[in-house]
Amino acid sequence: MDATIAGILTLDGLSNGAVYALLALATVLVFAVTRVIFIPQGEFVAFGALTLALLQAGKVPGTVWFLLVLAAAVALQDLVNGLRQRHGAGALLKQALRTLAWPVAVSALALWAAPKGLPLLAQAALTVALVTPFGTLLYRLAYESLAEASVLVLLIVSVGVHFALVGLGLFFFGAEGFRNPSFWDARFSIGALTLSGQTVIIFSASLALIVGLWLFFERSLAGKALRATAVNQLGARLMGISTRSAGRLSFTMAAFIGALSGLLIGPTTTVFYDSGFLIGLKGFVAAVFAGLASYPLALVGALGVGLLESFGSFWSSPYKEVIVFSAILPVLLWRSLRDPHSEEH
Amino acid sequence: MKLLRKTMAAATALLATAAFADVNIGVTLSLTGPASGLGIPVGNQFKLWPKEIAGEKINLVVLDDASDPGKGVGNARRFVTEDKVDILFGGSITVVSAAIAPIATEAKTPQLSIAPVGVPPEQEHWVFRLPQGFTVMAHPIVEQMKKTGIKTLGFLGYTDAYGESWLKEMEKQAGAAGIKIVAVERFARTDTSVTPQALKLVSANPDAILVVASGSGAAMPQLGLAERGYKGKVYQTHAAATPDLVRIGGKSVEGTFVVSGPAVVAEQLPDSHPSKKVAVDFVTKYEAAYGAGSRNQFAGHAYDALIVMQKVLPEALKKAKPGTPEFRAALRDGIENMGRTIFAHGVMNWTPADHWGYTNETGVLLKVDNGKFVVVP
Repeated sequence: MDATIAGILTLDGLSNGAVYALLALATVLVFAVTRVIFIPQGEFVAFGALTLALLQAGKVPGTVWFLLVLAAAVALQDLVNGLRQRHGAGALLKQALRTLAWPVAVSALALWAAPKGLPLLAQAALTVALVTPFGTLLYRLAYESLAEASVLVLLIVSVGVHFALVGLGLFFFGAEGFRNPSFWDARFSIGALTLSGQTVIIFSASLALIVGLWLFFERSLAGKALRATAVNQLGARLMGISTRSAGRLSFTMAAFIGALSGLLIGPTTTVFYDSGFLIGLKGFVAAVFAGLASYPLALVGALGVGLLESFGSFWSSPYKEVIVFSAILPVLLWRSLRDPHSEEH
Repeated sequence: MKLLRKTMAAATALLATAAFADVNIGVTLSLTGPASGLGIPVGNQFKLWPKEIAGEKINLVVLDDASDPGKGVGNARRFVTEDKVDILFGGSITVVSAAIAPIATEAKTPQLSIAPVGVPPEQEHWVFRLPQGFTVMAHPIVEQMKKTGIKTLGFLGYTDAYGESWLKEMEKQAGAAGIKIVAVERFARTDTSVTPQALKLVSANPDAILVVASGSGAAMPQLGLAERGYKGKVYQTHAAATPDLVRIGGKSVEGTFVVSGPAVVAEQLPDSHPSKKVAVDFVTKYEAAYGAGSRNQFAGHAYDALIVMQKVLPEALKKAKPGTPEFRAALRDGIENMGRTIFAHGVMNWTPADHWGYTNETGVLLKVDNGKFVVVP
């Protein structure tokens, strides 16, 4: 290995790591606020990339129907709950309207826009608008009624949600993979390294999102509410913060980050309906590195995972996943030695 | 009342014997689940089967195994105990085929697998495969490499069984042809990047690189190689011989050599290829039923299965009655000794020692030319 190869590998590792970082941040965020280890985080990546790919092909993406079905299921669940608690017809209608309005509106927009062949950026925006509501809908359907359950129960629900999403992904997107066009075709040479426009976009989008998240948590009321919920649920509730809406908001953000990651990674690799899992899992490794608590550590962990993956595949490509996932073992050991705590049941 | 009961009993007995004399065929396919993309076309072709073969009525029982070996086993048990089938077709994926092979052996019923499958020696007796093995598919690739003077080869393949089988086959055949494999790299279909592997291959600078991947997953490694400025020849395997390679790979896959079975490129085959007539017949009939461009290699296996039945059934009927162990043995012997037979998928020649059976006339080398697959003369 010489400096050039090391440079190329580093660049490759960092650009993958930047995407893992986003997913790691989302995982940490969701866990901190809701105590859900959100395994299906990666699925949003695949959904984002595939939705854009199908829009590019001028077809109506399966996400549209999926979203409508999911929204209808949530509305139905609300209706049943409302009837049980004997809410008035007006309140029920208002609630259903609030659940269905955004999904139906954005689906209608997608149905209208799909055959039109809009510019890439407009389609990307539409994709994010389509995938983001999945977060809150999934939370309401699968997790909200279990909000008080143990971490283990929530983890098992996550596994179930993951399998359901992968299966439905196959149904709605088909088995074939897609590769999206690059958002920016430019190429820059720095010595022997070539930096593609897409890599620049990945880095800057990740950076922008991280800064945005930081501002959100530090400056905005909603962000502070999320932080408060993460620190102490009961305390936050006593202060008048709805933990329920905090959960919904954190899942919405997770879905948004996932969709965005899908857009970023779509032009650099072929994305399949089941691609998300491994990508999400690498984000999860980084999140574990941060003890599912610290955002800056998650960022460092994710870049580390990206680098390890890149150098690992260069040295020994058959064992690359083994190398990446074995790296979690010393981290777990270190974490459990550093802050030992009793098992939660 | 008594009379009525007697007549009914007689009628039932008569019906039962009638059903008994028909040839029962059990088919288990992955019509749902992750591998349904492979199973559904096979099922479509089975729908085009005639009602009678050699004047004998045939009962096709097609069941779905949902891409699940456990369910496949359940189907196979039902076939041999309830339906008393004379021959088994399936599964359409390797794991199901492997799972039902012990049942075929136990029930002494011939099994024609629609997926390439390796089985333990004691089960080999009753199992035959309809798809081509890796040996016949590697043959045209290595021949072409020899002809064009390629001395060194790089390998970039899936980390799964498909990649492993190809690697073993290439080590054998390329070694015999004096081609040295200088770099072996692996990747997975869902990887986010193949840059490191491409880097390593390009720095080893082999004359040619064989990419072992399937469908739309086959394009990514080639894009990675192109990105790193690889100028040598690139070869792809038969799982990559789909339009997805060009759809995703675009200009980067131009000039790539892809090996394929003859069925899907029927019209383009040179007249000298033995399968030309049969393959054209297969695609014409399949596309007449399911629309232009619907052709695929998987349906071809069900078409070939019919050729097998048409050839061995008349002989077996002479020897024994359907539904008996003797008849099943006669079918098996017939398949093993049917000799050189032209399939849509190539030239089949099963022997007692070889239940894969395709001859080296089978594989066809294609080249991507202006986004289309053309046969390399």
